[in-house]
Amino acid sequence: MNSNSRLKVFTTPFNSGNPVTVLVLGICSALAVTVKLQPAFVMAISVTVVTAFSNVIISFLRNTIPNSIRIIVQLLVIATLVILVNEILKAYVYDVSKQLSVYVGLIITNCILMGRLEAFALGNKPIPAFIDGIANGMGYGIILIIVAFFRELFGSGTVFGIQVIPESWYVTQGGFYLNNGLIILPPMALIILGCIIWIHRSINKDLQEK
Amino acid sequence: MRLKELIEKIKPTFSKGGKLGMFSSTFEAFESFIFVPNTVAKTKGSHIHDSIDLKRTLSVVIIALMPAMLFGMWNTGYQHFLSIGEEVNLVDTFFYGFLKVLPLIIVSYAVGLTIEFASAQIRGHEVNEGYLVTGMIIPLIMPVDVPLWILALSVIFAVIIGKEIFGGTGMNIWNPALLSRAFVFFAYPSKISGDKIWVAGLENAQNIADGFSGATPLSYAAANEIDKLPDTLDMFLGIIPGCIGETSTIAILLGAALLIFTGIASWKIMLSTVAGALFAGFLANMLGGTPYLEMPAWQHLIMGGFAFGAVFMATDPVTSSQTETGKWIYGFLTGLVAIVIRLFNPGFPEGMMMAILLMNTFAPLIDHCVVQSNVKKRLKRKSAL
Repeated sequence: MNSNSRLKVFTTPFNSGNPVTVLVLGICSALAVTVKLQPAFVMAISVTVVTAFSNVIISFLRNTIPNSIRIIVQLLVIATLVILVNEILKAYVYDVSKQLSVYVGLIITNCILMGRLEAFALGNKPIPAFIDGIANGMGYGIILIIVAFFRELFGSGTVFGIQVIPESWYVTQGGFYLNNGLIILPPMALIILGCIIWIHRSINKDLQEK
Repeated sequence: MRLKELIEKIKPTFSKGGKLGMFSSTFEAFESFIFVPNTVAKTKGSHIHDSIDLKRTLSVVIIALMPAMLFGMWNTGYQHFLSIGEEVNLVDTFFYGFLKVLPLIIVSYAVGLTIEFASAQIRGHEVNEGYLVTGMIIPLIMPVDVPLWILALSVIFAVIIGKEIFGGTGMNIWNPALLSRAFVFFAYPSKISGDKIWVAGLENAQNIADGFSGATPLSYAAANEIDKLPDTLDMFLGIIPGCIGETSTIAILLGAALLIFTGIASWKIMLSTVAGALFAGFLANMLGGTPYLEMPAWQHLIMGGFAFGAVFMATDPVTSSQTETGKWIYGFLTGLVAIVIRLFNPGFPEGMMMAILLMNTFAPLIDHCVVQSNVKKRLKRKSAL
């Protein structure tokens, strides 16, 4: 695999092969952990790490795994990595880990991971598989961060926990502004996601169905 | 120069290929607004001629909304002066309400029509009149003190997410006016629930008259304080706090009479909605237990937004059921669900909004079932022969 096709492996997940907006995978966590930017950011990193390393491991093992039990082997690899990530989060960013609660554990069932293993890692060498894993994790993470940015900005008036909308605007301080309560609810995350898909498809015309 | 000549003169500039061709939809909209639509039926084939088109249909609905709106303006003023304990004559009362309600109507139309024109322009469609009624209904189902920027946001949400992304007027699944209300309800609950926001200026008032609370009949009822309800005549006439246009059952009935007389809205939906509500009310009466459950079922019809919803919003020809049998089922379930939500969900004193939006969702399913059962019936009849 030459460097050109490696670049393509890296860039596809950001545009025509985006796991969330095009393949519509990993929607549930995109709705659940995007109320604030910080957990969304941590989630994005966790998924990227797990996708990258599970891709590498499965790619190394791809010629030795019997076809009939490959799913269970993949699950085993993913689960091991997720538990490692979960323990690290608990050790170093306990607060965020508590906010993410079960969703770190649920990375195991995140369709993106299994999808990449099945579609890419089983048929490619470790280095392209690693690139693919990183890129897909980041493609997922970018969408997560965009959704979380809007939800945190309009739902709490903050970005990464820093007050962006001036305090003096709020009704309680004598202003006129109120935080939007709807945007904190999951349905609005779905609508924001829909808008991102809308914008993505109007930019990239190849994605529009005929 | 006469207006017609002026329009004919500048027409080529705005036509497709002209210098300002990008504004062709806007130009066409104004031309047909001032004169008549410049399309006529094709000469091929036979046509049934009827003077009723979308523009005229919506104009009739606007006229039907007038009694509720005018009464709402008066009531806004009346409730306000009642809350500060002042006696004011009729003209001043109405004028106070007029000045309170007018900005809401202006903002609703300005924002909504801007989006309509822009999206028609982007798509290259004709601008159609679909927003005229929605833009009138939205202010009437809001509390009078709703901040204008929240109203504008809710209109943007309702028109774009509720209507334009489905393909514009006639393609929407949910009633856009109710969607805008639902948006405010979930996004800014403090501005559309509670006891303080239904009367103009009550939230920040210093000199509230003794004994004035501003609570709506529904909030008394939800708190099981049936004895505190205003008397029936006041509720029927609408001299109670509430959303601008929803309080007066009699004004809404005037509108309903016009809509039924002209055949614009379906009397089947209105009747079956009332039937569904009465049915749920009677069941609750039989169940008993709390004062609210034992309240006479018919009182539900004159409280809150039930009448307004049943007449103007459940009957929306786009989002309600299309089949005749479906209309009965749709209306009955709307009324039933509305009263069930009122009685059993402490979080929502008013259930009409949720009930109509829920039944909007199910209307296509109801239609599908009605059509399929009809198909089966006819197949059976044929095979029996």
